Amino acid sequence: MSPTSLEIHIRARLAEQATDHPILLMSHLVLGHPSLEENRRVIAAMADNGVDLMELQIPFSEPIADGPVIAQANQSALDHGFRVEEGLAFIGETVRRHPQIPFLIMTYFNILLARGVERFIRTAAELGVRGLIIPDLPPQEAAAAMAACREFGKGNLDWIQLLTPTSTDERLGYIGERAAGFCYCVARKGVTGKRTDFDASLRHFITRCRAVTSTPLAVGFGVKRPEDVDALRGVADIAVVGTAAMEHHAAGGAAAVGTFFGELSRGRRTAATV
Amino acid sequence: MQTGYFGEFGGAFIPEILHETFRRLTEAYETARADPAFWNEYLRLMENYSGRPTPLTFAENLSRRFDRRIYIKREDLNQTGAHKANNVMGQGLLMRRMGKTRAIAETGAGQHGMACATMAARMGFECTIYMGAEDVERQRSNVFWMERLGATVVPVTSGSRTLKDAVNEAMRDWVGSMDNTHYVLGTACGAHPFPAMVSWFQSIIGHEARQQILAAEGRLPTHVYACVGGGSNAMGIFQGFLDDPRVHLVGVEAGGKGLASGRHAARLASGTGVVGVAQGYKTFFLQNDDGQMLDTHSVAAGLDYVGVSPILAHLHASGRIRCEAASDREVLDALQLLMRQEGLIPALESSHAVAQAFKELPTLPPEAVVIINLSGRGDKDIFTIADALEDPGWRRYIRKKAAEYSVSEA
Repeated sequence: MSPTSLEIHIRARLAEQATDHPILLMSHLVLGHPSLEENRRVIAAMADNGVDLMELQIPFSEPIADGPVIAQANQSALDHGFRVEEGLAFIGETVRRHPQIPFLIMTYFNILLARGVERFIRTAAELGVRGLIIPDLPPQEAAAAMAACREFGKGNLDWIQLLTPTSTDERLGYIGERAAGFCYCVARKGVTGKRTDFDASLRHFITRCRAVTSTPLAVGFGVKRPEDVDALRGVADIAVVGTAAMEHHAAGGAAAVGTFFGELSRGRRTAATV
Repeated sequence: MQTGYFGEFGGAFIPEILHETFRRLTEAYETARADPAFWNEYLRLMENYSGRPTPLTFAENLSRRFDRRIYIKREDLNQTGAHKANNVMGQGLLMRRMGKTRAIAETGAGQHGMACATMAARMGFECTIYMGAEDVERQRSNVFWMERLGATVVPVTSGSRTLKDAVNEAMRDWVGSMDNTHYVLGTACGAHPFPAMVSWFQSIIGHEARQQILAAEGRLPTHVYACVGGGSNAMGIFQGFLDDPRVHLVGVEAGGKGLASGRHAARLASGTGVVGVAQGYKTFFLQNDDGQMLDTHSVAAGLDYVGVSPILAHLHASGRIRCEAASDREVLDALQLLMRQEGLIPALESSHAVAQAFKELPTLPPEAVVIINLSGRGDKDIFTIADALEDPGWRRYIRKKAAEYSVSEA
């Protein structure tokens, strides 16, 4: 498959960094937690502090692929009356406000089903969303959804594949063949929010991923400090920051999230100039 | 490619990180299923450990009262007092085959958790039970037994703090522990192969019941009633009669405060369940327009669940089974009638099947032969049942007991 516009964008951003081992930052937040107004402030703080891509999670009552922190955020957003229609309008507004940043929707399959899978994907494409991350719809079930992304996205809306260390080489190959935009590599056996060891096993896993796809690789789960980002240089193309940002937000609001990402991306610039 | 479907229901909607685990489990299950020695080992274990075959009791007094022949399949006589034993012991044998040493499980009221804890104790496995924090508070007696049996009970504080949250938490554990751990799912729900596998272990109920009714009556029953939470006891007994279209199979869901109240767990009978995907499988769920799962209600914790077995969903959609709902009130009346007439103490869950049978019996043809699946016994749920019946003597006793404790701890 030829590179999609998202992949081309990622490659260009990587090339802007004057280093042999550039890396981008992708952040994650749960819509409606604690409120859409606060989401708006946090997104602005992230955009001002070096975040390159953002995952916006539409809350679901049964978030089986999320760790306790994000799962709790899903529930709290729903308890505060989050509705999907409102969330989609907010996503549209956010995309318009930050045109330089590719936004992705992360959610669970039932949210798509309830709206109609095609209708949901058409809406996402119309809103300018660049990718969909749906962790409970495995590729063998996702043929129709992937086709809808191609049909309505016209090369601008990618179905993001997830690669995991527990998959066999054969399975990785099956998923890699379907990759578009970038691949999301789950860095450890475990769910989000627990300490990741960026060790030899990660390098080995990423080597296996590289063998099955030429798309950029995002490594998720466990990035908490600038050193964690540095450790991913030369391994991955995108560092994903999820739970840690939520913890900073809980402690000090949007300003603390901005400071946190400022530190992550400053570490990145320093290394780039060395 | 798309395995594990029953009509349009079922499937395996799981995070990629669990793909290989499910693949291996499916392989182990299929190998065991193809091996008659495995089933024979299972039958011997259930005979030796759980008193199987359980009787098919002729309900003499009720039969006289309703002027129809009524039989009761006595799953209440199993180890730990419910059909749950069939599933956990089967999965325990499968764990041995797979070389796993740690069992995890979700539990609502605690029946499945307790059954799983006995299995783990017997087989020498480590055991962790996930239970909604609210259920831990409500069901102290089951928590007490699970802990005494050596299991670790983890109260789940996420989401609505009940069964579905315990399922999600058990899945999270499994994602990080799959090398040595098996998730002993408690009912015929979840991602493939669980619905098929759990139904297979529970089919022991239907096989026995079929032989027993033929021996007793020389003919098949006209009606079979079973309560439906996740649906494993119903799947168990229905499998004895699925291929006999003249046997009416009736699944009874929790009508709660009445279908019109919205406070129920009738995913199929209410007609308001919507096909969706959650917790790894596709079935009818009680959900809102956005696809968010709704809170359910039942006097019986074991039926208080938002999804239903994809196999039952298929049998319902294809018209092979009929689904009805019994309200909390009807269930309490049925429970007392069964106790007084036959000396049997049914679980609140099982009382739903009893209640629906009592509603229909007067309208059935005189030659009707009815089997009610008594999936569990109620005496172990004395706290819940005494509460539901608002028994004054029991309240006095609890107050007195509480006063004694507060004095001794002061």
